[in-house]
Amino acid sequence: MGGKTLYDKLWQNHLVDERDDGSALIYIDRQLIHEVTSPQAFEGLRLAGREPWRRDANLAVPDHNVPTEVRERRGGVAAIADPVSRLQVQTLDDNCRDFDIVEIEINDTRQGIVHVVGPEQGATLPGMTVVCGDSHTSTHGALGALAHGIGTSEVEHALATQCLVQVKMKNMLVRIDGELQKGVTAKDVALAVIGEIGTAGGTGYAIEFGGEAVRNMSMEGRMTLCNMSIEAGARMGMVAVDDTTLEYVKGRPYAPAGDMWEQAVAAWRDLHSDDDAVFDRELELRGEDIKPQVTWGTSPEMVLPVDGVVPDPAGMENESRRAATERALEYMGLSAGMSITDIRPDRVFIGSCTNSRIEDLRAAAEVVKGRHVADSIKQALVVPGSGEVKQQAEVEGLDKVFIDAGMEWREPGCSMCLAMNADKLGPGEHCASTSNRNFEGRQGFGGRTHLVSPAMAAAAAVAGHFVDVRDW
Amino acid sequence: MKSFTVLQGLAAPMDRANVDTDLIIPKQFLKSIKRSGFGPNLFDELRYLDEGQPGQDCGTRPLNRDFPLNYPRYQGASILLARENFGCGSSREHAPWALEDYGFRCIIAPSYADIFYNNCFKNGVLPIVLDAQLVDTLFEAMYASEGYQLTVDLERQVVVTPDGKEHTFEVDAFRKHCLLNGLDDIGLTLESADAIRAYESKWRQQSPWLFDVIK
Repeated sequence: MGGKTLYDKLWQNHLVDERDDGSALIYIDRQLIHEVTSPQAFEGLRLAGREPWRRDANLAVPDHNVPTEVRERRGGVAAIADPVSRLQVQTLDDNCRDFDIVEIEINDTRQGIVHVVGPEQGATLPGMTVVCGDSHTSTHGALGALAHGIGTSEVEHALATQCLVQVKMKNMLVRIDGELQKGVTAKDVALAVIGEIGTAGGTGYAIEFGGEAVRNMSMEGRMTLCNMSIEAGARMGMVAVDDTTLEYVKGRPYAPAGDMWEQAVAAWRDLHSDDDAVFDRELELRGEDIKPQVTWGTSPEMVLPVDGVVPDPAGMENESRRAATERALEYMGLSAGMSITDIRPDRVFIGSCTNSRIEDLRAAAEVVKGRHVADSIKQALVVPGSGEVKQQAEVEGLDKVFIDAGMEWREPGCSMCLAMNADKLGPGEHCASTSNRNFEGRQGFGGRTHLVSPAMAAAAAVAGHFVDVRDW
Repeated sequence: MKSFTVLQGLAAPMDRANVDTDLIIPKQFLKSIKRSGFGPNLFDELRYLDEGQPGQDCGTRPLNRDFPLNYPRYQGASILLARENFGCGSSREHAPWALEDYGFRCIIAPSYADIFYNNCFKNGVLPIVLDAQLVDTLFEAMYASEGYQLTVDLERQVVVTPDGKEHTFEVDAFRKHCLLNGLDDIGLTLESADAIRAYESKWRQQSPWLFDVIK
């Protein structure tokens, strides 16, 4: 019998019960809660007269709807201008109070995007099962956790039972060996992987990212990579625990300390795939081969290296692919054969649960330092992932670098990644965005998203068009 | 949850691959704190010519007449024919809520995104996977004949076409059981409360750092 994968181990550790029909009851260590996908779950508990199974397993924070504009934000929940958004954030506060769940409220320094806050506070740890009513929960797999997004019914289910009914996924290994080129980041790796396997390539699989390039990545980079595994169709992405993981976790507010730390580390050291583990599918990419990536279409798989040209549907044999390409080109207002570097963004967005951590902001700041955003750019937003990221960036003077470059320095939140607050694209506008989805209308009705790394977004802001950040 | 046994209904097309949940229900409607009322905003950006807002009366909005769901022949449809990777992207359960609220109880496609697929079963919506070629054939037959109806029998796991041909589909036994009986699976899980407690106490001993920290 072959050894176990990391996913096998995490699954086995949380197995409460196996059923004859192949489904299993899996114990959930941590549920992260935000305002958008939880109100109906709390309402469900109320209607059924149920209580949360284990209150201390949950942590809530508002992020999707919160204003990022400094003045609007200052007044807290009551000052949210959009009454529908305000009600949703207020409802989270009310529900957490009614059900006695710890919430990091809107203007707490620790507030931020739930997938930035969890690891930052040590609320998500190696070896945990982590769920949240948000598909980017895969982010937390970077810590060596089994983490995935769920719908609202399962938010209610996890609240009420501390378990979920699951069917085991297949195992996929994505190995990135070799070294990444200078200027090439985890975001480019994620997009390159999606370009390779497509947005459904990981459907039915739990992806483990491994190989030298992943081992050499910081935790921030690994989080970016795992964050986007859902864009490859995989609900969960993960990376084995190593010294980088442990150094990151140590000293976090909710992480164990003292003897308990030693005990935890001893357990966490086993959180890697065995040498003889067998994966159902393996994909290998060479780090050196990956160039900075830019999406040109309306699905993350519609992606090219920055030196590429927009594809021509005329030559495509697959009918469904040709139709999708034609529709994407029309929506994006691009023509076949056009160079990626000729695409001119109207707005730039640096932020989101994919790329709003301190390392992302440093990379962007390094590019814009001493330079200025091009005149053709209507707006360049920098939205830190949390209050703590914001504070750290300000200690390092990054806020000044951005402001001097003509960019806007905002309060933490999901912001223009999905435009549930006031930050959005106008119809037809192109955006160089460090977020995760370039779907039609995602960043605003009629908006046109190009997914890139923070350094690539920053360079596009200065140049007024996409440029190869390797030449910067 | 509504039970699902046998459904006979009109089929309607969503003829493109990789339909994401942002397209099924755009984000501005996710601000609702309710579970119902999403039907008028299903496929909002395709159905209407203007940008929809929550709480708006959709009856007065300009319709996109080129969008098939607005064709008179597809009014009252309860089965949606779709393409590969339907429901990809965000985990929003508002997507199956919108489909169900509009009147779709069944989707037939070659493949689905995992989270969306799972969410459907929680809401009395049956997502059926059929071979891509067969789905192609169903699309053609539907386009060729107005009023094209399908029968879906969950107990027998078959889709029956108007000519009486039966096409079997796979469905996980537990999900089938819950859907057939309209069961609330929280109640079912709570029947295992003793097993959950036993696991929890063992896990607490092994990993005490996971307990009583956030309070």
